Amino acid sequence: MEYLLQQLINGVTLGAIYGLIALGYTMVYGVLGMINFAHGEIYMIGAFLSLMGFALLGALGLPVAVVILLVLLAAMIITGAWGWSLERLAYRPLRGSPRLVPLISAIGMSIFLQNLVQLLQGARVKTMPPMINGGVEVMQRASDGFTVTISYTQILLWVVTVVLVSIFAYLIQNTSLGRAQRAVSQDAVMAEYLGINSNRTISITFIIAAMLAAVAGCMVMLYYGVVDFYIGFLAGMKAFTAAVLGGIGSLPGALLGGLLIGLIESLWSAYFSIEYKDVVAFIVLFLVLLIKPSGFFGRPSVEKV
Amino acid sequence: MNRMLRELGLTAMIAAVVIVPMFGLHLDSENGFLEISTNWFQALTFLAAALALRATVLLSHKFPRPKIKHQAFRVFVDNPEWSVWAGRVMIVIAIALPFLPFVDRRLLDVATLILTYVAMGWGLSIMVGMVGLLDLGYAAFYAIGAYAFSLLAVDYGWSFWAALPVVIAVCCLGALIVGGPILRLRGDYFAIVTLGFAEIVRLTLINWQSLTHGPDGVTGIPRPSVFGMATFNMGEEGLPQFSDWLGIGHDPMQRLIFMYLLLLGFALLVMLLIGWLRRSTFGLAFEAIREDEIAAQAMGINRPVMKLFAYVMAAIIAGIAGAFFAARQGFVSPESFNPMESFIILSIVVLGGMGSRLGVVIAAMVLIGLPELFREFAQYRMLAFGLALVLIMIWRPQGLLAHRRPTQTLTVDKD
Repeated sequence: MEYLLQQLINGVTLGAIYGLIALGYTMVYGVLGMINFAHGEIYMIGAFLSLMGFALLGALGLPVAVVILLVLLAAMIITGAWGWSLERLAYRPLRGSPRLVPLISAIGMSIFLQNLVQLLQGARVKTMPPMINGGVEVMQRASDGFTVTISYTQILLWVVTVVLVSIFAYLIQNTSLGRAQRAVSQDAVMAEYLGINSNRTISITFIIAAMLAAVAGCMVMLYYGVVDFYIGFLAGMKAFTAAVLGGIGSLPGALLGGLLIGLIESLWSAYFSIEYKDVVAFIVLFLVLLIKPSGFFGRPSVEKV
Repeated sequence: MNRMLRELGLTAMIAAVVIVPMFGLHLDSENGFLEISTNWFQALTFLAAALALRATVLLSHKFPRPKIKHQAFRVFVDNPEWSVWAGRVMIVIAIALPFLPFVDRRLLDVATLILTYVAMGWGLSIMVGMVGLLDLGYAAFYAIGAYAFSLLAVDYGWSFWAALPVVIAVCCLGALIVGGPILRLRGDYFAIVTLGFAEIVRLTLINWQSLTHGPDGVTGIPRPSVFGMATFNMGEEGLPQFSDWLGIGHDPMQRLIFMYLLLLGFALLVMLLIGWLRRSTFGLAFEAIREDEIAAQAMGINRPVMKLFAYVMAAIIAGIAGAFFAARQGFVSPESFNPMESFIILSIVVLGGMGSRLGVVIAAMVLIGLPELFREFAQYRMLAFGLALVLIMIWRPQGLLAHRRPTQTLTVDKD
């Protein structure tokens, strides 16, 4: 019981990270109808930038809260610029081509970014000492003293996720930006006729997606403190699975899918086998696409001539 | 001019945000301590390069280029007779290669590797070029073939030629089981799921230690015999050594030449298969599916069966290539089949023009041969692959070296 509770807490934390990345997949898919295969790499870059931020600011002796806030902001801005450049250089020239063309370009970008970071920052795993120690003890098992704890990092992660997702959800649902996004996703040409700058709308979508990925990267640095150039691939695949599970194109779906993938992964590694924990996400992806490709909240896609 | 300056200023700002932190700071985590060093020179160099590039693009918009560019190139590429002759010349060179005086072990080894990739590129081009399905997990069947042969040979003592039918059967069965459900998926979902499948295969190879020997891989894989008549393996019972069998002096090159010729034979078989496929009704059905799935189905093409047929065929080619790879190396490990492997084969097909036979050969020589021969390049190889994929999609989505159109097209008279 206590062990299960601890696994649920860890699973929800993992799920929040996957959910943040999944939002990026789902938003881009919603607007452009393409799978931004390089999004996992944007998350990886966000994690690297956060680590640089922590390394730079950590030495100054500022209060921890200030450091985290500054790093989060800086990482979001810089990663947002990466996201914008990615779209501008690799996807915008391909507007209107067949579906597989931007996908191949995205794969190329993913390979490129991974190897660029490997060349620039080295192949070795980078680690960071934990910034926040301690946590809240929720309950204790009488028999052997196993304590269920929620670490302060986990609480911070939940709070940051909820606050930022709320802000962006408000932006997307209640402002003209959101209206423009929905218009572009329905018919980009018609939206242009109605005075919507669809290129700008798509760019902003990419920036927001990259910013959320940067938040995930920053949180992962605080939570695990480990990063290398390869983390984007697996995290990206799992987050994509989460987006599909929740119904690609749906924002609440992405968060729900992320939570479910996080829970499935942590429960699977706790009770079945830790070796196959990465396989699980792929099997879930298989099953969802075969049984219910529209996920929980997605609209079923109809093949049109 | 003002507008251009403004554009440049904007580029400078964004490029500075993107480039300066990632290129100017270097992280190092030496025994647990995080160290950060700066390299402003590198950051400024790349920043200047980005600006120069942007300025060039802006200027080229101002002065439109003349339309005749690439004319000579196009004539070469679009001319079927040229490529047929180039193909014939290449085959002759390929057959003569091992007997040329300047060819050493290393060159022959690289040539053998290139042939493996040429065969796999042709195999994958059935899926990507002919049917128009992006298979990102092609290395899965490469791995299955390599492991099926290695395990049969090492753990059960099978010979290469006895194991080959089993390899084919395993890949065929695997492709049927996996392909049946996933080929129903839409193109982009299919791509991601095949990538997932390849990862499942790789992780299973790492973790199912009792069957696959785990992450350390399988060692001591025997070489193929000369069709059961002579052997290159020292101390193998029953078969004469190759040099004794022919009554010539012993030379380690003989084994390499044999391996090379085997792969050349395999590659030529695949080439003939692709040629036959393209001319047959299967090829037409594949192309119809590529151009418009629904219209193809409406014309009475059995879409699921056709796709499955292509998938199984591609899987068998990869499986056999895998078995050859294992036999050539004498060693396989799960790391040989990571996602990058699939991406390399895909790059060969995309660069070669998604279905052009000659294009695949040239792309394989450039992408596999250059980094193998010039080790300094190897570090930048994947970086260049990624960039090449993006640039080709932007400039010439049909591929660099080929210009394939549907074999049959309807022309509508406009009057």
